Order: sequence, then structure tokens, then C-alpha cells
Amino acid sequence: MNKIINSKLIQNAVKGLFIKANTSLRPDILAGLKDARKNETKEKAIYALDAIIKNAFIAKKKMLAICQDTGMAVIYLKIGQSVTVKGDIKKAVSKGVESAYKEGCFRYSVVNDPLIRKNTNTNLPPIIYTDIAPGKKIEIRVVAKGFGCENVSKIKMFRPTEPVSEIEAFIVDAVRDAGSRPCPPVYIGIGIGGTIDKAVSLSKEAIFRPLGKHNKDRHVARLEKSIFKKVNMLKIGPVGVGGNTTALGVSILTYPTHIAGLPVAVNISCHATRTAEITI
Amino acid sequence: MRKISLPLTKEIIKTLKPGEQVLLSGAFLTARDAAHKRLTDALKAGKKIPVSLEGETIYYTGPTPAGIDMVIGSCGPTTSARMDPFTPLLLSHGLLAMIGKGERSKETSLAIKRHGAVYFITIGGAGAYLSEKVKSAEIIAYKDLGPEAIYRLEVEDFPVIADIL
Repeated sequence: MNKIINSKLIQNAVKGLFIKANTSLRPDILAGLKDARKNETKEKAIYALDAIIKNAFIAKKKMLAICQDTGMAVIYLKIGQSVTVKGDIKKAVSKGVESAYKEGCFRYSVVNDPLIRKNTNTNLPPIIYTDIAPGKKIEIRVVAKGFGCENVSKIKMFRPTEPVSEIEAFIVDAVRDAGSRPCPPVYIGIGIGGTIDKAVSLSKEAIFRPLGKHNKDRHVARLEKSIFKKVNMLKIGPVGVGGNTTALGVSILTYPTHIAGLPVAVNISCHATRTAEITI
Repeated sequence: MRKISLPLTKEIIKTLKPGEQVLLSGAFLTARDAAHKRLTDALKAGKKIPVSLEGETIYYTGPTPAGIDMVIGSCGPTTSARMDPFTPLLLSHGLLAMIGKGERSKETSLAIKRHGAVYFITIGGAGAYLSEKVKSAEIIAYKDLGPEAIYRLEVEDFPVIADIL
């Protein structure tokens, strides 16, 4: 027997997740910022981190957006095969996004056409990724992705024979080139493998992983730690004023790939990394 | 920390040091991508623009809407580099200061120095914190641009760091 889930439940969940993501900073990110604060010695870096930490408290207390760029809404749905949804799933997600942005007083940051560029005044449409899984549940994960950091994303198709050190150099260069534009200290999402689109998709999904946790593959975890060390040696620092914290963390997701290729994507997330998730 | 009242003058700018932290009080305009394009398109066509840039400060931001009993929503800086192609023309029409986040292009940096202007950075991603420094907000042009409209914001002790001058 399939479990029946009303699409209204999905709509309410999506709405709640976007309000939470945009106003309540992830506890792991907040903890990372506080650790970073202890690790800074320069006056300006401390000043910037204090303001960022204070910002998170003000936002939560006033239910105010952490950042004015409340992002384009990206939703990842993993739908159990034994679930039957009553109603239109995509419409429910859209309605959830629309009401979250309206009621949360979030900014409408989406234009109807990338070339004509007229604001839709609803923050719609969202970007929805769907996946299927065994079971009777629906997992909903959302990202409110600001474009200060989205704009510094990088992708490169490496030769399969290239050494890992070249991949590291590419990622460190991407963070250096980004400078202070993506609002450091950043959380660096990296996707390695698959096809070009898969690598990019992984790089965005990577930031769902709680800060401080590493990839379960030891060689990948080692790479995360090595990149983390190197990017923090760039000394870009909080908001770019110089300092020890350029990145709060590095998260890599991998996927099998083709014998002829080695795609690597970098999707940087700002210190206001806004994600939320729920399983219904 | 040094406190400075707006509007700025070239004389005040000359006394600033790169990296100096300053608190600004007074009023400035907001403008981001779409408003910059409109302003420069109008100036290039020899048309009148809806705001005077003489001695003016522009803050690169697109705030979230104000909630009940609030002056403004979250209002942190956006990436300044996207305004680089438009900045030299605005400087030549009297713009004296900009507030944003991130590096500027070489060409823009040179134009800022040549005009005796200043580029300040503020805390990127701290829109809720910065909203508490805003005492009043009014849309004064390009209302149809929504979050990209030009606002006049009155601020008190708005924290900035002198970056290019």
C-alpha cells in the first residue's frame, strides 16, 4: 500500500524551510564563525566577524533576512517510491516558495527572462531537482542561493591523467580570484566526476553537509583538508579585510565518471550559507 | 572610530587613509545593476536623470522589503565589481563616493583616484546588522525596478572601511 501525502503538506514544508533558511543561520555555520572569531588576531577581521555573528542574532530575533540577497530558490526533492502525492507537486513547491518570500518580506530577486530581465515579483520560478528513493517518505532540502557567491563559480574539464595537485591548484585559484566578492569566510562546495552538469550539481549539494564533517572516502577527506589549509593561507580573511579565515570549510562530493574525463566544479557559498531540510 | 557626516567633500576624502574604519551619518542614494544601466543610458543619450550625482554617495544595495514597523529590511552591500563598467561615467557627473563589497577593476580604481573620490567597503552578508543603522528610507526614482529602485537612505553611524581613494 502506498502512503498518501497531500501536496499541501509539501507546500507548507517548503514555505517553512525557506523562512527558516533565510532568517536563522545554520547552527554549524554559526559555530564555525565563532571558532573563526577566536582564531583571528587582526582588529578588522575580528570587527567583521563580530558584525557577522551579531547579524545572525539580529536576523533571528527580528525574523529578518540574514542577507538582503535572499536568493533564487533551489529545491531538492527525494520522493519515496511508495508515496502517492495527492495534487501537483511542482505547483505546491512554487506556492510554498511564493508565500515564504511574500510573508517573510524577502527580496524578489528573479527575472522572467535572462535577457529581457523583468522581475517576476514573486521570486518564482524556483529550480526543482527531483530524485526517487525506496520508501514512504519525501525528503525536501532547500537552498536560498545568493548570487554574490554564485557568480564566482568555476568549472573545468580536466584530463583524466592530471594529478590531484592540479585540481587543488584550480580550486585554490578559484577562491583567490573570487577575492572578497563571495562574502568570505566561505563554505566551498566541490563536485568531482560525473558529467559537466553532474559535477556542478554535486558542487551545490555539497554545502548541505554540516561544517566539520568530512567525506566518508578517506582520500577525498584528505583532499578536503588539504584544500582547506591552502585556501586559508590566501589570507583574504573575513569580508576580504585580511585574516586567517577565508574558508569555514570545504565539502567535496564525487561521482563515477568517464574514462576520458575528470570534471571539477566549484560552487562557493557565502558565510550566510542558507539551507534547510526536512523529511515528511 | 572616526565619524564623518555626509555629504562628503573632496577635502574630507583627502584626509582618509586606505584601510581606515569610518562611521558615516547623513543621507546617501542606493543603486545597483539595473539603476546603473538606466542612469548611464540616460546620461549617454544626453537626457536628464532623476537624481543629482553632484557630491553624492551611492550605496550598492537592493534591500528586502520593510516589515511592519520597520524602516527597511535587510540591506547589506552587493558586489561592486558589477558596477565597474558604469562607474567612470557617474564619477564624471559628480559622484564622490561608493559603498559596496569586493574589489574594483583597475580602470575603475584609477577613475576613483583621478576624480578625488572614494570607494568604501562595508560588511558583506550583514544586511540585518546594517539595517539597524538606517533611520529612514524613501524610494526616489525607478520605482518600477522593485528592489533595484533608487532609494534615499538616512543613516547613523553606518560602518565602512575606506578601500580605494
